[in-house]
Amino acid sequence: MAMLDIDNLHAKIDGEHGKEILKGLSLKVNPGEVHAIMGPNGSGKSTLSYILAGKEDYEVTDGSVTLDGEDLLEMEIDERAAKGVFLAFQYPVEVPGVATMTFLRASLNAQRKKRGEAEISTPDFLRLVKDKAAHLGINQDMLKRGVNVGFSGGEKKRAEILQMAILEPKICVLDETDSGLDIDALKVVSEGVNALRSPDRAMIVITHYQRLLNHIVPDFVHVMNKGRIVRSGGKELALELEANGYAEYQQDAA
Amino acid sequence: MNADIRPIRTPAEQAILASLGTVPEGGDRLADLRRAAARAFEENGLPHRRVEEWKYTDLRSLMREAVPVAGAAAVAEADARARLLRGVEARRIVVANGAVVPELSDLADLESGLTVTTLSAAIAAGDEVLSRLGGIQPGRYDAALALNTALAKDGVVVTVAPGATIERPLHVAHVFAGAHAAASYARSLVVVGEGAAFTYAESFEGPDGLAYQANAATEFVVGDEAHLDVVRLQEDGTGAFHLATMLFAVGRESKVHTFSFSLGAGVARTSLYATLSGENSHVGFNGASLLKNRQHADTTLYVDHQVPGCESRELFKHVLDDSSRGVFQGKIVVRQAAQKTDGRMMSRALVLGDDAEMDNKPELEIFADDVQCGHGATCGAIDDELLFYLRARGIPMKEAQSLLVQAFVGEAVETVEHDGLREALVERAEAWLASRA
Repeated sequence: MAMLDIDNLHAKIDGEHGKEILKGLSLKVNPGEVHAIMGPNGSGKSTLSYILAGKEDYEVTDGSVTLDGEDLLEMEIDERAAKGVFLAFQYPVEVPGVATMTFLRASLNAQRKKRGEAEISTPDFLRLVKDKAAHLGINQDMLKRGVNVGFSGGEKKRAEILQMAILEPKICVLDETDSGLDIDALKVVSEGVNALRSPDRAMIVITHYQRLLNHIVPDFVHVMNKGRIVRSGGKELALELEANGYAEYQQDAA
Repeated sequence: MNADIRPIRTPAEQAILASLGTVPEGGDRLADLRRAAARAFEENGLPHRRVEEWKYTDLRSLMREAVPVAGAAAVAEADARARLLRGVEARRIVVANGAVVPELSDLADLESGLTVTTLSAAIAAGDEVLSRLGGIQPGRYDAALALNTALAKDGVVVTVAPGATIERPLHVAHVFAGAHAAASYARSLVVVGEGAAFTYAESFEGPDGLAYQANAATEFVVGDEAHLDVVRLQEDGTGAFHLATMLFAVGRESKVHTFSFSLGAGVARTSLYATLSGENSHVGFNGASLLKNRQHADTTLYVDHQVPGCESRELFKHVLDDSSRGVFQGKIVVRQAAQKTDGRMMSRALVLGDDAEMDNKPELEIFADDVQCGHGATCGAIDDELLFYLRARGIPMKEAQSLLVQAFVGEAVETVEHDGLREALVERAEAWLASRA
């Protein structure tokens, strides 16, 4: 049984005349695997990530998603997180007035509580954050500030990876984590992600560009177009896409 | 033919008029003030929605019940009820049903430069400081203040000597005690001398579900180059009417900062009048109201810049759950002489309840031509994107809402300088959030 099993997923934007975005998407992800999903703008990549995380702006009309055999779509947003789903946002929001440290601690403890584990002690928590933050070049000042408040684009992405490192999810969905990053920041973020690769953890890396995949080398590459996966292959598929673009897939689907 | 244009007296007004009959005759200034206030009430009665300053808080229709003036409280009950800010290291004075309770008040071993007495004792002794009482006038009829002036017999009279820095806050704990609804009136006076520094806190509480009236007015006379911090915490009972007036006369190059936290009472009105009559002073009037069920809280400010170079800042936050109603009225007046005035006023509301309502009325009245003034008001629900972000990290809905509400209120509470008082207010906000079903 795959860890994450997406089967024939159909979804539309919530509302009476909501546009259908996903039109029969299927994907199986096993522990330890890194899957890259590439595709042109508007193909439904971000929608897929939001639906996995549980955003309420979409309605699933058909198909199923299971995590370790459990129906993911039936779970509340926070329940999914506690089960190990983590979405690294393309545009992380700023949360003024909620200090990053407070947020990290509230998140970690909420997840632990839901899993029936004890809350983390203050010294253990401080040690954990200090250790993980140092690797990502996140300083104490950023941790004291409101979540993402006044962070640069690169800092926001690093903060997302810090959250991921602390929450230790089972399945990481990275939604265009490379957007808005310069080469140096891309390197730091990629190293942060690679450090989290493990035989127990899977990743779905959504990107437009092959560049990110030089740093985070995937096991599988999928091409998404018009709401479904139209081709799958190994990491060499990314290079082919970089050379030829998506035109061929868009024509096929038309 | 002369038509009697007087409105019909409501039972509440009739009861108040009966109470006013007890205002004593006498020749001194204080008695004159009292009689003038009583006459003003007789003429104008309780304000209603056609009185602009009370447009959103129609006291005449809200306050229906006729209640007598409160009698003395039982000491043990007053002690048991005065819970707020107990954890804060402060000199505590308990005012129950409008009268200082000496048994529960710490009036001994005053710091050098601090004098604290009761209004009744000051009157009995003919204390010279009373020449300051009633010295700050709003310049318009204010029913709550008029009733307070006419009927208050006791309260706290504080003076801080010039140059004295009093580290320990003075906390005046107002409490209503008793099983029957009644009206309490307390009048206090705080005179802060030139170059002095002082922190004054007041709290209000009483039994839930009882339609008692707590009317409190405090005058603050702030000398030149003085520094005054005022924190007020209002948690009167759910059925109560809380009518409060704060009056400030601010001298030259002084700093005055207030934070008014309103969580209690069925109907609360807090009026704040400030006259800036000394140049280059800085005032910050901030506050927050957290309301639920059918609570109604009105904050009305009137800041009068009379001289050049003063800075005023106002930041008020409302969190409105269920079908509660928040009102913010703020007026900044800049007189012709008050050039280089810098005034900024902001009111923000977070609406949680489907039937909650916020009324904002900021006003600027500017007669000088070289000033910087601005005001703003916002009103909205919790941002769904923020909620989703927090929940996507595993934080349950209610906790996510609490974190965001706390952050929203925190921006205002953070302006309280005294650590102990600020922490106590944060704790009260947390308790409020925890009490949400």
